[in-house]
Amino acid sequence: MADESYPDELLYHPEHDWARVEGDEATLGITWYAQDALGEVVFFDPPDVGTDVTKDQPYAEIESVKAVSEVYAPLSGEVTEVNQAVDDSPETINEDPYGKGWLAKLKLLEPSEADGLMDAAAYRKLLEEND
Amino acid sequence: MSTTAALRRTPLHDAHVGAGARVVPYAGFEMPVSYEGVRPEHLAVRESAGAFDVSHMGEIETAGRQAAELLQRLLTNDVAAIDVGGAQYSCLCREDGGVLDDVISYRVERDRYLTVTNAANRGRDFEWFADHAGGLDAEVRDAGEAYAMLAVQGPAARGLLADLADRELPPRMRSATARVAGVEALVCGTGYTGEDGIELLLEPDDAPAAWDAVIAAGAVPAGLGARDTLRLEACFPLYGNDLGLERTPIAAGLGWCCKEETGFIGAHAVARERAGGPRERLAPFVFTGRGVPRPGNPVMRGRDRVGEVTSGTHSPSLGVGIGMAYVAAELDEPGTELEIDVRGTRRPARVEEKPLYKTDRS
Repeated sequence: MADESYPDELLYHPEHDWARVEGDEATLGITWYAQDALGEVVFFDPPDVGTDVTKDQPYAEIESVKAVSEVYAPLSGEVTEVNQAVDDSPETINEDPYGKGWLAKLKLLEPSEADGLMDAAAYRKLLEEND
Repeated sequence: MSTTAALRRTPLHDAHVGAGARVVPYAGFEMPVSYEGVRPEHLAVRESAGAFDVSHMGEIETAGRQAAELLQRLLTNDVAAIDVGGAQYSCLCREDGGVLDDVISYRVERDRYLTVTNAANRGRDFEWFADHAGGLDAEVRDAGEAYAMLAVQGPAARGLLADLADRELPPRMRSATARVAGVEALVCGTGYTGEDGIELLLEPDDAPAAWDAVIAAGAVPAGLGARDTLRLEACFPLYGNDLGLERTPIAAGLGWCCKEETGFIGAHAVARERAGGPRERLAPFVFTGRGVPRPGNPVMRGRDRVGEVTSGTHSPSLGVGIGMAYVAAELDEPGTELEIDVRGTRRPARVEEKPLYKTDRS
C-alpha cells in the first residue's frame, strides 16, 4: 500500500475524492484516506463512457473485501474514459491512488465548479477535524 | 441488558495492537479484522500457516455421571459416539428445529465435555444448557472466561506446532492435552478454514506466550476478515448469516450432523423437515462474471425472486465473487444458473458443489 499523501496539484471533495483539472477536462479518483478506510479494493464498478455525472452525486462503486462504498463526483461532466487497468486490477487503487489508480476522466460541464473544491491544505485540515 | 456495555478484550489484545491490527467491535469483543491485509492473510493460510485469536468464542463445560445424557438431549449429533479424546460438530436446536447455535464438543475426560460455541451465542447457549440440566447428575459451567483460544491453520500449521509441542499432535477431530511453547494446552485437530490445522485452548495468562511462539515459528497473524473469506470458500456456515432460529439444520445442509433417533430437542421437527424436504436450501454459488455478492442480495430467476444471499464476498483464492444463498429447494442443483441482484444490477451466478475451494483435505 502507498504511504499517506495529498498532492498539492489536486483538488479535493469532502467525500474523499480528488480531481486533477486541466482546462475543461478532469481526471478523478479517491484519496489516500478513502482507500485506507476501505481496505483492499477487490472490485470497481465504473460508470459508462458517454454518461453524465453530477457534482456531489455517486457515479461509481468501489468494493473492498468487507465493504462497498459509493464514489462521489467532485465535478459535473460527461465521462470520456474509465480506467481499464483498475477494472482489471482493482488493488491498483490501494497501490497508487493518485497515479495508476485513477478512476475516470470527464469533459467538464461547469468548469467553474472547481472553485468550490478544497486545496490539499484545506482537505488535510478536514481530515484532522474528523479525526 | 445494556447496549452500551464496554467491549471486552482478549488476552492477546496488546499483541494485536502491537502488530498493527485494525481492531473492530465483534460479538461484544474488540477483535482484529486484519493486520497486513485480508488477502495476504488468507493466502498465507492456504499456502503455509496463519494464526487466529478466537478467544471470543464461548466454552461450556459439562461434567458429571450424566453429562453425556444431557448433551445427547441438547446436541443434534450422536454424543454417545464420541470417545475420550474425540471431537464432534453438531447443532443446538429449539423444539421447532430452529438452530440456536452450531458447536464443537470435545470429550476431554470420561465424564467431562467441553463445548465451544459461537461468540455471539455464548450467554444464550449457557442458559439453554443450564435450563435443561435439571434432574440430571450433570453440572454445567460457563467456562468462557477460563480459556483463551488460538487457531493455527494451513498446510504448514501442524508441522510448525509439532516443533513446539512436547508430544505428538492429535489427528483431525481428536484432542489431547500437551505442553505447547512451554504452556499447558488442550490441543485440538479442528478449524474453520478448510485447511488442516490445530486449535489450542489455553489459560488466558498463557495465551501471549503461545501466540508469540507460534508467530515466531512462522505463522502469519490473521484476522476475522480472512477467517470469513476462508470459511466461505470452504462453505462452512456462519451463525447469524447462514444459520439461525428461523431455519432447520436440514435447510442449511447440516442433516449429516443430525441423528434424530437420539431424541434431541427438536428431533421431531428435524425429522419432519428431512422427510418432507425443506422449502429452501442453502446453496453455494460463484459469480460467472464481475461483481461481489453481499448478504441480503435477492436471488432472481427471470422475474421471480427465488432466494436471498446470506454470505457473500470476493474470493481471494478464486478471484471471483462467491457466496451462499437460501434458494427454492429445487434450485440447489450444481450447475443451476441464477442471477443475484446486487444493489440493482443483476449479476450472473451458478450453483456449485461444496466446497467452492478444494484443499488437499477436501
